[in-house]
Amino acid sequence: MIELVSQDRCIGCRLCVKVCPTNVFAMEGKLAVIARQEDCQTCFMCEAYCPVDALYVAPQADKSANPDEQELIESGRLGSWRKEIGWNPGAEDTMAERDTTPFFEVFTEAYRGKQQEIGK
Amino acid sequence: MPQQQQATTDVLVLGGGPAGAWAAWSAASQGAKVILADKGYLGTSGATAPGGTTLLVIPPVAELREQAVQDRLKAGGYLSENAWIHRVLDQVEQNLQLVEEWGYPFPKDEDGRPLRTHLHGPEYMKIMRRVVRKAGVRIWDQSPALELLHDQHGVGGARGINRLTGESWEVKANAVIMATGGCAFLSKGLGCNVLTGEGLLMSAEAGAELSGMEFTRQYAPSFADGTVTRGRMLAWATLYDAAGRPLHRGDRTFGSIPELMLKGPVYASLDLADTKEKQEFLRNAHPIFFMPLERAGINPFKDKFLLTLRYEGTMRGTGGLRLTGPGCETSVPGLYAAGDAASREKVTGAISGGGAYNASWAICSGSWAGRSAARLALQQPHPAERRMLRAAGRYGMPAGAGTARTLDAKPLIAAVQQEILPLRINYFRSEPVVAAALQRLNRLMPELGGQVPATVQGIVQSREAAAMLNVGRWIYTAALARKESRGLQRLAEYPALDPHQTHRLILSGVNTIGIRTESVPHAHELRIPGEERAI
Ligand SMILES: Cc1cc2nc3c(=O)[nH]c(=O)nc-3n(C[C@H](O)[C@H](O)[C@H](O)COP(=O)(O)OP(=O)(O)OC[C@H]3O[C@@H](n4cnc5c(N)ncnc54)[C@H](O)[C@@H]3O)c2cc1C
Ligand code: SF4
Ligand code: SF4
Repeated sequence: MIELVSQDRCIGCRLCVKVCPTNVFAMEGKLAVIARQEDCQTCFMCEAYCPVDALYVAPQADKSANPDEQELIESGRLGSWRKEIGWNPGAEDTMAERDTTPFFEVFTEAYRGKQQEIGK
Repeated sequence: MPQQQQATTDVLVLGGGPAGAWAAWSAASQGAKVILADKGYLGTSGATAPGGTTLLVIPPVAELREQAVQDRLKAGGYLSENAWIHRVLDQVEQNLQLVEEWGYPFPKDEDGRPLRTHLHGPEYMKIMRRVVRKAGVRIWDQSPALELLHDQHGVGGARGINRLTGESWEVKANAVIMATGGCAFLSKGLGCNVLTGEGLLMSAEAGAELSGMEFTRQYAPSFADGTVTRGRMLAWATLYDAAGRPLHRGDRTFGSIPELMLKGPVYASLDLADTKEKQEFLRNAHPIFFMPLERAGINPFKDKFLLTLRYEGTMRGTGGLRLTGPGCETSVPGLYAAGDAASREKVTGAISGGGAYNASWAICSGSWAGRSAARLALQQPHPAERRMLRAAGRYGMPAGAGTARTLDAKPLIAAVQQEILPLRINYFRSEPVVAAALQRLNRLMPELGGQVPATVQGIVQSREAAAMLNVGRWIYTAALARKESRGLQRLAEYPALDPHQTHRLILSGVNTIGIRTESVPHAHELRIPGEERAI
């Protein structure tokens, strides 16, 4: 679930309000706020679009994880999804570019090895 | 309600996932004026955007393609149509070439040929938004459609609401393309909570038929706390019970999870990826699978993580609006369907289209619907604004209110989920259990006659509740009518495939549901002794 709009970072661009598929955010004065956390579908898209990495979506869909902003900054998690997609300024490559792998099934067949059945 | 926003256009596209985006682009490329309205945002919304999709692409080598088509025919219980699969294979190649020209960085093989087999959702849908806008399409984000407009000539537009301004909107158009995706009942699969079935409900209210609703026994595994339903990764997993004893390994893991869960909690670990190279491959191929696990402090290559199953309804299941022609026409003039909103039986038969078919189908059906809708709209002698159009919506809408009670959407949605999500009812289907659930769903119908709260959330959620309730009723009605097991349909009482039921089940109507069969072109090929068993 969406857990954090960093008040320090948010520049009030409204992008999260515009892009969230389930209409979770609203503007309160100049800042975005989480208006309907229970409607969040844990899709991480707002994080990908926020231009200043002010948002954090915890992986838990149902329980509130209450993460600490300072800790998220220190561990590099705030903004990490945008960076991985390659949409941060100065990114060297994008997620799509890094995926230079052959067809998933072909790779699986070639490299996973034959599976023995358990219990037989 | 605040003032209305009104517009007239040639083609109105409802939904902005890949199917809607391709439909809008393709209609605009024919010279039609197009408006696309999405509940969320074209670029982030729907089942493709947050993750990504593997595509059905087969080199244009006759034997390879014929083999794929034959395999599918058999696996899909002889309900697919070979000609349609060939069409998809031809069309998707052309469209993916465009995606590459528009800037998508497909990897290349040693000879420099692009390998267009997989699309990362965020990048793909960002590109689609750009080209759709460039083609002149007006995109209305945060603008869920609520009901269709129609007259004696068929469908002629839609009405909805803007979630940010609270304004209602009305668009008159001689052709409408339904691309609102599947219905996944708010089960929190990745990107799927916008998929609540209004497209099916509003089409049915305007008289459209549905097909394949029984092929919806479809659940996908995800990390129990999370949302990412990328089941294919489990091809690299060992499944464990609570005591850490291995249960299954590799290919067989995925399909066996519901049965294993009957006995107790099931854990997975991707420990078959036992070298750095393999792990790196998987990490780069599907980062969306790994990131949430890592954020939760789990190393999926070593640790065992608890699994859950999320219901996918008609999203990776197969049912939807019945198509009547090659241009993705529905049974109502002026109404077209594309992507998961349409029945995909023509290409997938009775099995799921997830894993490759659905993504290619969204691209192709969107393109075909866009082209034929544009052609119809541009040939119309009567401009849409001069038609005497009426609104068709009733269920969960002010027009259908019959009691003084308030329609309280949240408990109603919970009551629908209670009948639809449990494996016990919807996966391990049996006649008495499904029939009892259907009866309980039927008894919820009067709730839809309550007064709709006059807030944006009240209006949208009331309609979502009405849609999910009725999609649930269609699913169970069809499940009880197909007295056999075939593909994604199974009834405990009829564990085998019955060759005499090699036909489609067509539903129509909301309050009273009509049902009939439709013959399929390859049915006679099944009458081979020895194949009459469940698949
Ligand atoms: C995690 C995951 C992985 C998948 N992987 C694969 C794969 O590898 N291969 C494959 O073939 N398929 C895969 N699929 C399936 C594939 O994503 C879908 O088939 C595809 O997205 C369908 O496209 P669509 O445009 O029809 O629907 P969607 O992409 O779901 O888009 C529907 C759109 O309609 C909008 N909408 C809904 N209701 C309304 C309304 N009332 N008014 C206006 N707009 C509305 C939604 O906001 C959304 O934008 C996967 C699905 C998931 C969830
Ligand atoms: S996208 Fe980021 S900066 Fe813009 S309003 Fe939302 S939180 Fe603030
Ligand atoms: S994770 Fe998705 S649903 Fe949740 S707030 Fe962000 S964009 Fe909205």
